[in-house]
Amino acid sequence: MIKTDILIIGAGPTGLFTVFEAGLLKLKCHLIDALPQAGGQCSEIYPKKPIYDIPAYPEILAGDLTHKLLEQCKQFEPGFTLGERAETIDKQEDGSFIVTTNKGTKHQAPVVAIASGLGSFEPRKPLIHNIADFEDKGVEYMIKEPEMYRNKKVVIAGGGDSALDWSIFLSDIASEVTLIHRRNEFRGHLDSVDKVQELKDQGKINLVTPAEIVGILGTDKVKGVVVKQAAHIEKEFELECDHFIPLFGLSPKLGPIANWGLEIEKNAIKVNNALDYQTNIPGIYAIGDGNTYPGKLKLILCGFHEATLMCQSAYQIINPGKRYVLKYTTVSGIDGFDGSRKEAPKAVVKKIE
Amino acid sequence: MEQDINITVTDREGEVHKILAPTDMAMNLMEVVRSYEIAPEGTIGICGGMAMCASCQCYVTSDTKLPEMQDDEEAMLSEAFHVKENSRLGCQIQMTPEMEGLVVELAPES
Repeated sequence: MIKTDILIIGAGPTGLFTVFEAGLLKLKCHLIDALPQAGGQCSEIYPKKPIYDIPAYPEILAGDLTHKLLEQCKQFEPGFTLGERAETIDKQEDGSFIVTTNKGTKHQAPVVAIASGLGSFEPRKPLIHNIADFEDKGVEYMIKEPEMYRNKKVVIAGGGDSALDWSIFLSDIASEVTLIHRRNEFRGHLDSVDKVQELKDQGKINLVTPAEIVGILGTDKVKGVVVKQAAHIEKEFELECDHFIPLFGLSPKLGPIANWGLEIEKNAIKVNNALDYQTNIPGIYAIGDGNTYPGKLKLILCGFHEATLMCQSAYQIINPGKRYVLKYTTVSGIDGFDGSRKEAPKAVVKKIE
Repeated sequence: MEQDINITVTDREGEVHKILAPTDMAMNLMEVVRSYEIAPEGTIGICGGMAMCASCQCYVTSDTKLPEMQDDEEAMLSEAFHVKENSRLGCQIQMTPEMEGLVVELAPES
């Protein structure tokens, strides 16, 4: 069981900044995210896109913002459960919550902060009628253990970076890699496209374009796929394989959080913004793009503000009755949980005789 | 308003909305749809309008002259689902007075 003061669902900008604000109050944080890395939408969807409305940054790339937030909160030693989706929440007799992920990892905290943005990112599944029958039986939407493809016949579908990168990577491991894309042009980095071209020329990757998968063959596991090539609409052909990996990006879904008994309005969690961004369940807060209240703006800087206020309120839940006075970091400095201390240099006071 | 144009949007439930779209506020079609709350929050314009998610895909059923499709939009539509010949990304269609009478249908959520 992982125990912490504030359990944060979502490791995007708002979740990461919560670690810093909580750290100033000497509260420990642990973050859960369905993605395998921190950063949320910023690092997953648009890491190379510039953002212009972060205070003091006339321009910053979304990926760089994530790196800086990680650097800023590092001294408060946050814990991470990445690549797992928060599935269930159970209130305990002592008022704390136990949150269990889809992989069974349990976390306990007196305060839960939902900073999940639009939700957890789930793979976008192609519209193939029988695909659900083969999930985890040869159809995988994410590659977690590349070794399981050693000496196997693999079909990858998609035209973005993931499809290109994994085709390149698996060409050394699998016995056969076929990359199928609906058009001849690819959306990925030019280097990756060139590399795939090179591997195709060497016979290490079979490229089938413009084409799409329209069916999956097999009984209890994948034996092959049915391919429809645009140039031969009347002619579908079967391709033998052990694994079919559709890589069509991710789509955010509110997911299991929707069943936690929280008040939902317009696909977002309703909170009390006049006070502290607490939900209808005391001890559970929602901050950032995933909440709603009159006048809500879905901006990163608003998420930072909400995180700050939420931490002040959470402090009172965790330390009931204890008095706390807001301090400025310019005055009080920062005491990291890692033993580090940052403070402004003391002014030299000189006595006048 | 002089700068407003009449457009028709069919939502994902099949309901037809005849709305006025401003052309003087640098809005694109996805933003107009969001501002009129024609699709539930969180189901359209997820990437913020960068042609990176296809959640604002729509089918253009009028013969309105639209801006030419750029590489980003074309690439995104090549990966998206429910794509038809007349598919466009709403976020890539900046509203202009020339689009008076535009008729679109929102593609299913995916």
